[in-house]
Amino acid sequence: MERTTKTPVSLSSLSPGDDCTVTGLQGVRRAARQRLLEMGIMQGVRVRFVRRAPLGDPIEIHLRGYRLMIRDTEACGISVTLDHPA
Amino acid sequence: MNVRSQQPETVRTVALVGNPNSGKTTLFNALTGLHHRVGNYPGVTVEKKEGALVLYDALEVRLIDLPGTYSMHANSPDEKLATEILLGLSKHTPAPDIAVCTVDATNLERNLYLVTQLIDRHVPLVVALTMVDCARQHGITVDTAALSRALGCPVVPVVAHRGEGLDALRAALSNPVRRNGHGPAWRLPESLQKEWLRVQDQLRDQYHQPLSVASHEAIELLTAPDPATLNGGTYDSAFVEQLRRNIEKLDFLGIDRQAAFVESRYDWIRDVIARTVHTPELTSPGITDRIDRVVTHRFWGFVIFLAIMAIMFQSIFTWAAYPMEWIAAGFDALGHLVESVLPAGDLSDLLVDGAIAGVAAVVTFLPQIVFLFFFLGLLEDSGYMARAAFIMDKLMSKVGLHGKSFIPLLGSFACAIPGIMATRTIENPKDRLATILVAPLMSCSARLPVYSLLIAAFIPSTVILGFFSVQGLTLLSMYLFGMVMALLMAWVFKKTFLRGAPPLFIMELPAYKMPSMKTVLVQVWERALAFLKTAGTIILGVSVLLWALVSYPKLGPGAARAEQLAHSYAGRAGQIIEPVIRPLGFDWKIGIGLITSLLQREAFVSAMATIYNVEDGNDTRRAGSLHEAMRRDIDTSTGANTFTLLTAISLMVYYVLAMQCLSTVAIVRKETNGWKWPLFQIAYMTALAYGATFIVYHGGLMLGWGM
Repeated sequence: MERTTKTPVSLSSLSPGDDCTVTGLQGVRRAARQRLLEMGIMQGVRVRFVRRAPLGDPIEIHLRGYRLMIRDTEACGISVTLDHPA
Repeated sequence: MNVRSQQPETVRTVALVGNPNSGKTTLFNALTGLHHRVGNYPGVTVEKKEGALVLYDALEVRLIDLPGTYSMHANSPDEKLATEILLGLSKHTPAPDIAVCTVDATNLERNLYLVTQLIDRHVPLVVALTMVDCARQHGITVDTAALSRALGCPVVPVVAHRGEGLDALRAALSNPVRRNGHGPAWRLPESLQKEWLRVQDQLRDQYHQPLSVASHEAIELLTAPDPATLNGGTYDSAFVEQLRRNIEKLDFLGIDRQAAFVESRYDWIRDVIARTVHTPELTSPGITDRIDRVVTHRFWGFVIFLAIMAIMFQSIFTWAAYPMEWIAAGFDALGHLVESVLPAGDLSDLLVDGAIAGVAAVVTFLPQIVFLFFFLGLLEDSGYMARAAFIMDKLMSKVGLHGKSFIPLLGSFACAIPGIMATRTIENPKDRLATILVAPLMSCSARLPVYSLLIAAFIPSTVILGFFSVQGLTLLSMYLFGMVMALLMAWVFKKTFLRGAPPLFIMELPAYKMPSMKTVLVQVWERALAFLKTAGTIILGVSVLLWALVSYPKLGPGAARAEQLAHSYAGRAGQIIEPVIRPLGFDWKIGIGLITSLLQREAFVSAMATIYNVEDGNDTRRAGSLHEAMRRDIDTSTGANTFTLLTAISLMVYYVLAMQCLSTVAIVRKETNGWKWPLFQIAYMTALAYGATFIVYHGGLMLGWGM
């Protein structure tokens, strides 16, 4: 599992099928942050960007063995590093 | 750290708690059968469900089904209530002696988060491991004995819909184990752990909080933006100051308090799962992913969505019409029976035209409610509902609502009552209220007879562009007009008094599963019963009153029905309100129609039939003569036609927008727990209807359409 240091990007900027690791939730408003944390989105967790809704928002992500939808506003505040593509 | 003082010797109350979609309802139904009651918790619009659970030796205990909960850090009225009951803070519901927490075996990691919270709040606990059959299919194996040791509470695998594991669960509840005294096993950063315990101790000593409450409260205090505001500011300034200083220290150490309380649990859960659960590597995308590729596709997704909605709509509209007719016929027969048994007179009239007709008017809606909730149940239980919210969210967010508001609004096309009842799936109270307030603007099926009558009588049956009939287009535009106004008003409300932070839309997309007929039918049954209870009682009273208004004072026997109606209180009221509705182009006869529509909108048709001396306006053969009579009627005060094309359109606009349904008022009162919002709703819709009709009528006159 060798990995180069990567610049974090926002979860919202990923494409369907991308795998990433969350590095922080700094950009998320407080109320949303608590719930995102409790749903398991936190530093170090691996997340797959599954798809965008047909109209562009919200997005579906896959983590800890389940699927979650969050809006773009929240996804923008979640910073991630892209796991190496297959 | 010591545990909750004592396990009670006998269990009296059991609470069922768990994440949404974790199989909680199925387990509740399996444990109680149909022997449960549904109501509302006092003061909040959270559904209360409880039933009797028989443990061994016929010992019967109370099983309370708490609302689905992700976390005890409450995020919605539902979660707040569940937390309060579990902590024994509820005024109306005693703390459970023991809690059963449903944990989805296919989604253990996140489901166990709530379990860790229950553990450190010292709630006596039994874990029911649900969906173990699905887990088995996916090759997931759980070492329940090891999991039970790690959690420090019994873990019972169940397959609720097949009844597997229920006896084991009952046995586990009958012999609650005393937990061995160790505290939570997850490790917070040292200094945070210390502070948590310190605050906890102080809350117990100084504020005499029980251990479970103190433990919970200490976490809330340590993660709150400002501890002084918590708990209504009941903490004294010395306590708050000390807390603030310590929080500053923790922040200085770089400890993210909010994250630490969550991360420590998830780290521990990861560790426990690594030891107790075997999950195979995913080889191919599961069935859920394959379905989702189609269902959330940018083209097929909407096609499927519209198709499902069309079927639902169709069923509510046309299929429900048959049972509705049977019910109506049944009440008719009952009425005739009463008429034949009782001597003709006021009592017979009161029973037949007042009570029976009024109750019939309400009960006739029952098939629509049953159909709508049957479909909603299927969609919800199969997992599709979350996908509908997923693809519709963007559209709804434009008016400040979110995806979950779509279905209730759509259901309101059939009838606002089930639509409003369906808003319970919306967690955010402001979003829910906005949805309830605009739902009656969607043209319900009770408006259809009114539209049909007016369109058939006054809109030419011309066909344009070789295909579209002007009549059909008129009907369509009435539906669209109502929908646009509903969205517009939702936007206005969300911009003004219901303004809040953009709704938090963090929603799980559960795996698809075969919907359980039992779960769906039980829900239909509960809704139907709730509807009959609330609407039924109020409506019975009101319909008797309305009957009196159209029947008294009496003219002598042999008076024509039209004359009798004109002479009645309702007729006089029609004449009294004439000056008010004159600006809309309506005369007193239409006024009577409006007044009788208060009970239900389609009463307009029978009022017109009575006024124009046509026996039954719904009968197609005679309907022609009613159309003719309405077209020919001359308003004696103006010498012009009572009805013109413009009057008909104005009247339809009025019916689109006005709140003329007392059953809806009754349901809104129930769902919002008071008279404030239903009264507001009547006020704004009446104003809207009056204003829009005024504009249409006078705009039309100016354009010379009044002839």
